[in-house]
Amino acid sequence: MRVVITGLGVCAPNGTSVSEFTESLKNGRSGIAHFPELESLNFSCQLGGIPEISEEKKREYFTELQLRNFDSNGILYGVIAGMDALKDANINVGGEEALYELGIIMGAGTTSVAKFRESIYKIDEGKVRRLGSTSVPQTMASGVSAYLGGMTGAANMVTTNSSACATGTEAVLLGYERIKAGKASQMLCGSTSDGGPYIWGGFDAMKVTSYKHNQEPEKTAGPLSEAASGFIPGSGAGAVVLESLESALARGAKIYGEVLGGAVNSGGQRNGGSMTAPNSEAVQKCIIAALKDSNINKNEIDYINGHLTATVKDPVEIENWCLALDRKGKDFPYINSLKGMTGHCLAASGSIEIVSALLQLDNNFVFPNVNCDVIHNEVVALVSENCIPRKMVNTPLNIIAKASFGFGDVNACVIFKKY
Amino acid sequence: MTTEDIYAKLVPIVKTYLPEDVNESAITPTSDLTRELNINSAHLVDVVLDVEDAFDVEFDNADMESLRTLNDAVAIIQKKIA
Repeated sequence: MRVVITGLGVCAPNGTSVSEFTESLKNGRSGIAHFPELESLNFSCQLGGIPEISEEKKREYFTELQLRNFDSNGILYGVIAGMDALKDANINVGGEEALYELGIIMGAGTTSVAKFRESIYKIDEGKVRRLGSTSVPQTMASGVSAYLGGMTGAANMVTTNSSACATGTEAVLLGYERIKAGKASQMLCGSTSDGGPYIWGGFDAMKVTSYKHNQEPEKTAGPLSEAASGFIPGSGAGAVVLESLESALARGAKIYGEVLGGAVNSGGQRNGGSMTAPNSEAVQKCIIAALKDSNINKNEIDYINGHLTATVKDPVEIENWCLALDRKGKDFPYINSLKGMTGHCLAASGSIEIVSALLQLDNNFVFPNVNCDVIHNEVVALVSENCIPRKMVNTPLNIIAKASFGFGDVNACVIFKKY
Repeated sequence: MTTEDIYAKLVPIVKTYLPEDVNESAITPTSDLTRELNINSAHLVDVVLDVEDAFDVEFDNADMESLRTLNDAVAIIQKKIA
C-alpha cells in the first residue's frame, strides 16, 4: 500500500495560511518578535514566535458557542492547520455522516495552559463548580483531536501523540503506518503547541534559549551559525493529509509527495543520551532505519530539513547526518532549518517543518537558512558551505528527509519522494 | 421581579446554547432544554452558571437535578430571590 500527501495546512509565526507561509519561506521572512510581557516577567529570552490570529479568522473555524470561555491557543492553531489541510485536500468534512475512513493524529506537548491556569485559580478559590463544561475538553491532552473530530466527523482512529519536539514527525509516521496497514484511507496528521510565558518558562529557566538580541529579533543568530547560542521559542501548528495512493487517485487529488517510509526510536538515555541530550548513535540508527524502510540509497537524498535549533549542538546533528548518510563536504545534500524564521515551535515544530519540506519538494526550491552569515566552523569542517543556502535556491528535488529529535532522547525521521 | 421579567432575562441566555439548527422561536416556557431544544447536556451547567451571574443566585445540586424547562428555572430563581 503506497501512501501520499494530498493536503497541507499550517498556522505558523510567519504565516497562518499555506500561501502566506510559502511566501515567507521563499523570502526568508521571520515571524520572531519581541514580547514586552516576557520582559516584564524577567525572562532571559524575551523573543518568541506566535501566529497572529484575528478574532475574525477565529470565527471562520469556530462557532460563537465554541468560542465561549475558549482559551486554548494550542487547539486554535491545531484546528486552523487541520481544517486547512482537509480543505486543501478537497475532502468534504463536517456533514451528517461519520467518516469511518478518515482518522486524526494531532500531537501536542504542554497544551492549553491558559485554560488550565484559569481552572486552577477557580478550584483554589473553592469555586470548582464555576469551571462549567469547558475545562475538560480544552485541557485534556487530546483536546485538539477531539475538536477536529467534532468539526469533521472523522471516525477512524482519533488520537493525540506526544513525544516532545519529535511529536509532529512521529504523528505523520503513525498515520503513514495506519494507512499502510490498511486500517484507514485518510489520516489527518500533525501537531500543535501553545506559546507564551507558561509554555516557554521552563526552557528559559534551563538556559537553552537565546538572550542576546532581545531588542533586535532580526539579528538573532540562526541555526548553524557561528554565533548560535540558544533557540527562540515558538508556537503554532502544522498538519498534512495522508492518503492511500488508491484513494488519492480515485479522487483525482493533488499529490504533494509520497511518504516512502521512516523510523522512530529512542537513545534509551544511554551512551551520552539523557533527558535533554540525544544519544548520537541512536540518531544515526534512526536515520539509517528510515532509509532502509524507504528502500533508498544514502546518495539519493537531495535535501534534509534539519531539526537544528540554533544551539551549540547544531554541529553534532550535522555530524550525525554525515555519519548516517556516509556523505560529507561537497557530496552532502542541501540542508536548512526553519527555526530561524519561526523559532523552535516545540511539539509543533516537526509538523510545521514537514509542511515547509513538502512545499519545497512540490515547488523545487530550498528556502534560505536565515541569520547565518558566518557558518559554525565545526559545521564547515564537515560539509560544504554551498549545502547551506543563505538565499533561496531553485533546484529540482526528488527525495528529501526530515528528522526531529526531542527531550526524553526520542528521534523520528521520515522520507518523502516526489510522486 | 415578575415571572415575565425573569423569563425575558432567561431567553437570551438559553439562546446562546441552542444548536445551529434550532431557532430562538422554539424556546417556550415549557420546552425541555435538552430533549426538545437539543441543548448539549454538558452545556446545562454553563446555562446555570450564566443564570447565576444574571440573577446573583446559586443553584445547588438538587436545583440542578430539577431543572428541565425554563419554567423550572423561573421557579428556582423566584424561590432564591424571594
